[in-house]
Amino acid sequence: MNNIVVGSLESSDCLMTLSPHESRKITIESIVYDAYYEAIHQAITTLLDEHNLHQVHVLCQDKGALEYTIKARLKTAILRYKEVRS
Amino acid sequence: MQPIYHSLEALFNDLPLKDGLNISFHHHLRNGDATQNLILSYLRKQQLNDLNLYPSAIFPVHTELLTLLKEGRVKNITTNYINGPVAEFLASNPLPGQLKMQTHGGRARAIIKGETTIDIAFIAAPIVDAQGNAAGYDGPSACGSLGYAIEDSQYAKKTVLITDHRVEKLPQYEIKSKDVDAILCVDSLGNREGIVSGTTAITKDPVGLKIANNAARLIDELKLVKPGMNFQSGAGGISLKVTDHLREMLRARNVKAGFFSGGITQSHVEMLNEGLVERLYDVQCFDLAAIQSLKTNPSHIAISASDYANPDNQNRVIKNLDLVILGATEIDLNFNVNVTTDSYNTIIGGSGGHSDTATDSFVSLIVTPLFKARTPIIKKRVNTITTRGKNIDILVTERGIAINPLRLDLLDRLKESHLPIYPIEALLEKAYAYTGIPQEYDLRDQPLGVVEDRDGQIIDTLYTKKRR
Repeated sequence: MNNIVVGSLESSDCLMTLSPHESRKITIESIVYDAYYEAIHQAITTLLDEHNLHQVHVLCQDKGALEYTIKARLKTAILRYKEVRS
Repeated sequence: MQPIYHSLEALFNDLPLKDGLNISFHHHLRNGDATQNLILSYLRKQQLNDLNLYPSAIFPVHTELLTLLKEGRVKNITTNYINGPVAEFLASNPLPGQLKMQTHGGRARAIIKGETTIDIAFIAAPIVDAQGNAAGYDGPSACGSLGYAIEDSQYAKKTVLITDHRVEKLPQYEIKSKDVDAILCVDSLGNREGIVSGTTAITKDPVGLKIANNAARLIDELKLVKPGMNFQSGAGGISLKVTDHLREMLRARNVKAGFFSGGITQSHVEMLNEGLVERLYDVQCFDLAAIQSLKTNPSHIAISASDYANPDNQNRVIKNLDLVILGATEIDLNFNVNVTTDSYNTIIGGSGGHSDTATDSFVSLIVTPLFKARTPIIKKRVNTITTRGKNIDILVTERGIAINPLRLDLLDRLKESHLPIYPIEALLEKAYAYTGIPQEYDLRDQPLGVVEDRDGQIIDTLYTKKRR
């Protein structure tokens, strides 16, 4: 199955890549890593929990997206991911 | 008459080459400069060590400096601005000596007072006459004003001009023959496109427009737009938009400003030609229009760094500024401003004339978005102090304005204002509402150097960057 890719690498946006994985794995690359790693990780975990998604690798390449952008990108990615898998 | 050389070998046969040399360069050729690389590559081939460098600024084009650093041949660097690979290298490799970041005015002051001693000043000179006088407004590598090189030429033990264009006689010049010890002729001083970037574009970004609009309304309410007002703005997109608003206000009210100073752009030149300002005091040309105007318009005057901003110079131009518009990478609750490092402790620039003009101007006004790529610009404490908070008066963002509480006079003038004026703490809360509260972090590793204010006072320490 192909990866699901949502978003962009423009400033203030993020690129979310979802791929199948035996367990939940979250990789965060961010220009604001030192200030917002925890917040980004928390946002991703919460949304994955809400969608009951556990066997997935989320790669978040973040260029300083605000939290609602991160959530919107990830939610879109999750819905597409589920659509392709159903 | 100075000797004229056509090769580096011949030149350096007559110059005192030794370890521990103090040498200086200017940055008027910006990212098009080929002369610093030319000289430094020669010194490297001569295996010189413990060099002390005093370039007025360092740009990405300065790759030979990077090579010298990697080989450990540089002991100290004293400069006003660093951008690019040299900054990135220094972030993980401290110097054997130290990095000292000065201001434009402070650099001139230190040279004149003898705190900085320069053995050899290498001065890229776009046009040189038969007497050995030099200027920057003409020739194939024209860059405009040579303001930042004047004190170097006057106080260095040896002054070497590097030129690619010689003429019989110059009608006006900035560097005087009597200060010149040698002339080196080369094919080209550098890359034309890098010398004049020509991309000082007025912002079109809606956030930038909102900030500029807020700033213009505030300037108006403070009654700063008046006959003879003296003004300076940077060449950033938002600053240029504020200048644009000022132009409209001067026009509409039929008011003529006194002078504009600092880095000069096409906008400033157009306003001079339109009769909206009496004089331009030019320490650095940012585009071709500025260079052309400097060459032809007697009211467009090239000035030295000392006449521009040296705090010991009682006739310095910026002492009479009414308003300066400046940027900020960070500003803290005490109004300290950082334009030296980013919020993650990488060097991204330096004061230039930031602290000089903020300190001298009646009003210093910072224009910046409330946050950039999630990072709030307002901090509890800036990563590096470039300009002390007591010298910063106003912060204008797209979502509100903060006035330094020390400026009771300005607060008084704005008592009846309908502008969105808040305490700076409230603006920080507004930023957090969008960005979230950042986690605590400290990316300082080993001491790298110091920030020296214009008067010689050390106001902060620079550190290498801690790696995860």
